[in-house]
Amino acid sequence: HANCAASVWKSSHSLDKSITLPPDEIFRNLENAKRFAIDIGGSLTKLAYYSTVQHKVAKVRSFDNTAKEASSEKLYEISVQEEITARLHFIKFENAYIETCLDFIKDHLVNTDTKLIKATGGGAHKFKDLIEKKLGLKVDKEDEMTCLIRGCNFVLRNIPHEAFIFTKHADSEFRFQNTHPDIFPYLLVNIGSGVSIIKVESEDKFERIGGSSIGGGTFWGLGALLTKTKRFDELLQLASKGQHTNLDMLVKDIYGGSYGSLGLTGDLIASSFGKSATTDKEFSKEDIAKSLLHMISNDIGQLACLYARLHSLTRVYFGGFFIRGHPVTMHTITYSINFFTKGEVQALFLRHEGYLGAIGAFLKGAEEDNPNQYSWGENYAGSSGLMSASPDINPMQRARSGTFDMLEMDRLERKLVNLPLLEDPSSYVPDTVDLTVDPLAREYWLFCFEDALDGVVKRAVASQPDLPEAVERAEKFRQKYRHKLQTLRQQPFAYGSLTVRSLLDTREHCLNEFNFPDPYSKIKQRENDAALRCYQKAVAALDALGWEEKQFALVRGVLAGNVFDWGAKAFFHSTSLLLLLFVPERPWLVDSYNQWLQRLKGPPHKCAVFFVDNSGMDIILGVMPFVRELLLRGTEVVLASNSSPALNDVTNGELQILTETIAAMDPIIQAGLKEDRLVLVQTGSSSPCLDLGRLDKELTIVVRERRADLVVIEGMGRAVHTNYFARLSCESLKMAVIKNPWLAERLGGKLFSVVFKYELGEPQEGSVSL
Amino acid sequence: MALNGHRGDIEVNNDEDETPTKPLRSAREEMTPDDPADEPAGGTATTGGPGASARGASLHRPGTTRSDSLRRSRPPFPWFGMDIGGTLVKLVYFEPKDITAEEEQEEVENLKSIRRYLTSNTAYGQTGIRDVYLELKDLSLCGRTGNLHFIRFPTYDLPAFLQMVRNKHFSSLHTTLCATGGGAYKFETDFRTMADLQLQKLDELDCLIRGVLFTESVVVSDPSECYYFENPSDPERCEQKPYGLQDPYPLLLVNIGSGVSIMAVYSETDYKRVTGTSLGGGTFLGLCCLLTGCSTFEEALEMASEGESTRVDKLVKDIYGGDYERFGLPGWAVASSFGNMLTSEKREGVSKADLARATLVTITNNIGSITRMCALNENINKVVFVGNFLRVNTLSMKLLAYAMDYWSKGQLKALFLRHEGYFGAVGALLELLHPS
Repeated sequence: HANCAASVWKSSHSLDKSITLPPDEIFRNLENAKRFAIDIGGSLTKLAYYSTVQHKVAKVRSFDNTAKEASSEKLYEISVQEEITARLHFIKFENAYIETCLDFIKDHLVNTDTKLIKATGGGAHKFKDLIEKKLGLKVDKEDEMTCLIRGCNFVLRNIPHEAFIFTKHADSEFRFQNTHPDIFPYLLVNIGSGVSIIKVESEDKFERIGGSSIGGGTFWGLGALLTKTKRFDELLQLASKGQHTNLDMLVKDIYGGSYGSLGLTGDLIASSFGKSATTDKEFSKEDIAKSLLHMISNDIGQLACLYARLHSLTRVYFGGFFIRGHPVTMHTITYSINFFTKGEVQALFLRHEGYLGAIGAFLKGAEEDNPNQYSWGENYAGSSGLMSASPDINPMQRARSGTFDMLEMDRLERKLVNLPLLEDPSSYVPDTVDLTVDPLAREYWLFCFEDALDGVVKRAVASQPDLPEAVERAEKFRQKYRHKLQTLRQQPFAYGSLTVRSLLDTREHCLNEFNFPDPYSKIKQRENDAALRCYQKAVAALDALGWEEKQFALVRGVLAGNVFDWGAKAFFHSTSLLLLLFVPERPWLVDSYNQWLQRLKGPPHKCAVFFVDNSGMDIILGVMPFVRELLLRGTEVVLASNSSPALNDVTNGELQILTETIAAMDPIIQAGLKEDRLVLVQTGSSSPCLDLGRLDKELTIVVRERRADLVVIEGMGRAVHTNYFARLSCESLKMAVIKNPWLAERLGGKLFSVVFKYELGEPQEGSVSL
Repeated sequence: MALNGHRGDIEVNNDEDETPTKPLRSAREEMTPDDPADEPAGGTATTGGPGASARGASLHRPGTTRSDSLRRSRPPFPWFGMDIGGTLVKLVYFEPKDITAEEEQEEVENLKSIRRYLTSNTAYGQTGIRDVYLELKDLSLCGRTGNLHFIRFPTYDLPAFLQMVRNKHFSSLHTTLCATGGGAYKFETDFRTMADLQLQKLDELDCLIRGVLFTESVVVSDPSECYYFENPSDPERCEQKPYGLQDPYPLLLVNIGSGVSIMAVYSETDYKRVTGTSLGGGTFLGLCCLLTGCSTFEEALEMASEGESTRVDKLVKDIYGGDYERFGLPGWAVASSFGNMLTSEKREGVSKADLARATLVTITNNIGSITRMCALNENINKVVFVGNFLRVNTLSMKLLAYAMDYWSKGQLKALFLRHEGYFGAVGALLELLHPS
């Protein structure tokens, strides 16, 4: 499509188009696209569509008994299947490209029974005829505000770190907010040409409680009149360089200083533009633009505060083209809100604010698909992420975001909710270190992931020996992921808080994008086979120990098994039990083993939820014996494993087979399964880390029903990179071996330091009702 | 009359039926709203109702002997109150009309000359103006009867004023000059060095509220100090009507000067500043100067009265073709102030008058919405708008009256006061006469 691409770029103006992408990498998966929606604003068009993506997925399947003879000694077979998943595509581009884009879509739209396109935004009627003519779809207009709210609810619910506060000059300008389990009620202040202030109480209940005619259009219109500068962006540029004190009359201009008795400082603006009436001089465009920006931002901030107070709302989101990622306006609005509420209310902004209308219009058109009944996840591989705040820092990126910006969301197979055992779901932060605010840690981990890239590429190729084009795909993966890392180096905030988890997840998304669903499948299989052969011997050895020795050996077993991890670079190749040597002597770096042992002398737990980590020795020789002991004590066990592959972590599918195999060798496991005292559930995740705020709903139902009173989290990814500080309302046990020298040092230990963190937990209020 | 019993204790001696601690408010409550209509013009006399004594506390009643204590506590003439704002200096001057022959003889020449200069002119220098129509005649203050004059000049002309004060040897009168407004602080040194005058600096909100309550209470007949607009939503029938502010509390007081301050007033002494906005009269004039090249408030208003804001502003109907029913927004409502000015052809299609009008409407409506929100938050349904932005600005007053009425569905009443910009200065004068 080189021709088409070229024509797009030719038709554009002024901006540097040297690094823009060709349209077929932008309007992806058009072949199966349906349910189009379009939001046409004053300068940008946002297109939304639903499509399906064919993916390779790795599946495991037991050999049946008859086949078992024929096969090698392997316990299960791996097959790569094609799976179809749903994906939402959102593309943002300048209105100048509308026609070319519609042509491109028309040419590539096959196999669709779509008849309608939902449209919203001020420009919808202007382009109605064009859309209908080009696409042959009937334009169906949707109310702008309804779309906006729908879209806002959707992103708040589905995208962690969607909302952020903006602090200019801070270490990190963006502070991302945790998704509150209940997103309602909130106030949305939409600053378009005017301002609308909307109170949102539930999915369908919202009300425009007020507004103002002084908005983005006022800034633009007055700004154009006063400075002869035509473009909105240029006006903002001017404003960022100006001095408002030349035109504004400050308190100190009237008082000579502050107005102490009212607590009004001298620098406060008493009268916007107050000096331009009395001073006979020329004012610079920059200064005028700056005064105008202050005037409008302060005014909006003040009204927002008055409305928030009247309706007792503390969550106030700002959006609209006046805000849309512009650091200058985010800064002045933040300042204003801070001033008028004395810091009680923080101005919140949204990463995908520009897409809300399109998302909402799309949702209106897709109601029969019930999109809100699913959970959706941002696909890091296919999404542009938030572009740089300062145009000066990264003008190139800025220019690109001005042309094409993408957001892709995958429909998750499972509905995700928070673990009911979290002490306070609203303040739960999964990640231990926020790399956005920790430049040293960021530097280290970005280097680490870049450094490990060669190995990942090799393993990806090796996992598909039968597919010769795998090399080429792996190379594409390398480019994609390296590009993501580079973007994150420039803009750590692109996908919310940068964390080890997000770096890992981004890598998984990129691997999936290039059809490497499970690069570790063969290794996992080999290691599982090997470990299974040792199971009976290991269990027998443990059973021979005295009670207290056995408890310690079980813990050591889990830790030793966890050392063995292909995901960690410190390790290469070994299946020897000699690994036990790597578990250092006590006292460990974090060591509450004594309390745990003491606890074991008490009554058994009702039910334990065990979040497992790696395949092979870890799960089979470490976790299973530990689980077996819990079962023997009379504790029910819920084994929670990943729904889809991530590194060498054991997946739910694999664990089913492994458990059945072990059950065949071990009557205790057998009985546990049979009596339904040992159950396997999936987490809904495909991450090497663990977000207890987004777990498979089924899992949380099991946890509730069985009244789980112990949560065990195992492994560096789940218990150190994430959840290290997580507070639960019941007893919890976090076990991990730190297999990264840098992290070990950060935590005050050495390589292979052990974290054994047993905590009692605060009972939840109203836990009786569980 | 803006005095609490404890402030007014200097006069209570001559008024046997007044209890020293009786606050103004309780006295007012006893008054019937109809009483003022019976009063003679000029606002000097007291009412005949039970509240009469409260009024009389500070007003001269002919025939009453002045007590010695009153004379002793009375400050020497001249009596001024001054409010130095960001844009305008407001000056009130009390001209005694009951000067006896012996007084006349004792009176120093300076004092006479100042009185003559101020009362025989209506304009001073290049920019000073006496608002003759606001003059309060036969007013009794501290046992003296006279006329209260209202004078203003731009703050940038303060040096010229100081020069005049110096030339007239004002400082030789050994009088205290009570001044409020930010300029009282900013120019304190200038007053001392250039005019050898020591200012007594007063808080502007204290003065404002004191001035409002006093003025409203002494002006009891036509033209009524307080008024409102009847039928604000109907331009044909919209009419200015007197309003009796007998029961003022709680009230929201909105002072629109260069900037805007909004106060919730629960009694004469119990008030708080709720908020303020920097989009005020200074913004209107400042923007108009930049947009149209005009240079005075009057010029800007004149232009605004001839312009059409709907060419500049984007209305709801410009976007939705009519009302935005989903949210109950009428088509005529402004959706985006200056929102039509995004394209060069539209910018070329508007006149300076249109721009002035749009600026006026924008600033006024914004003050209206912030006021309305404050009234809701403070649970107050009476709003008094004051400040010099409203001077000869019926356009804004009607807009405010309409906005209050329309958006509150008739719950909020917008009230205005004739002496709109002078209350701070009046409050400063009162402080001179009755130090709190």
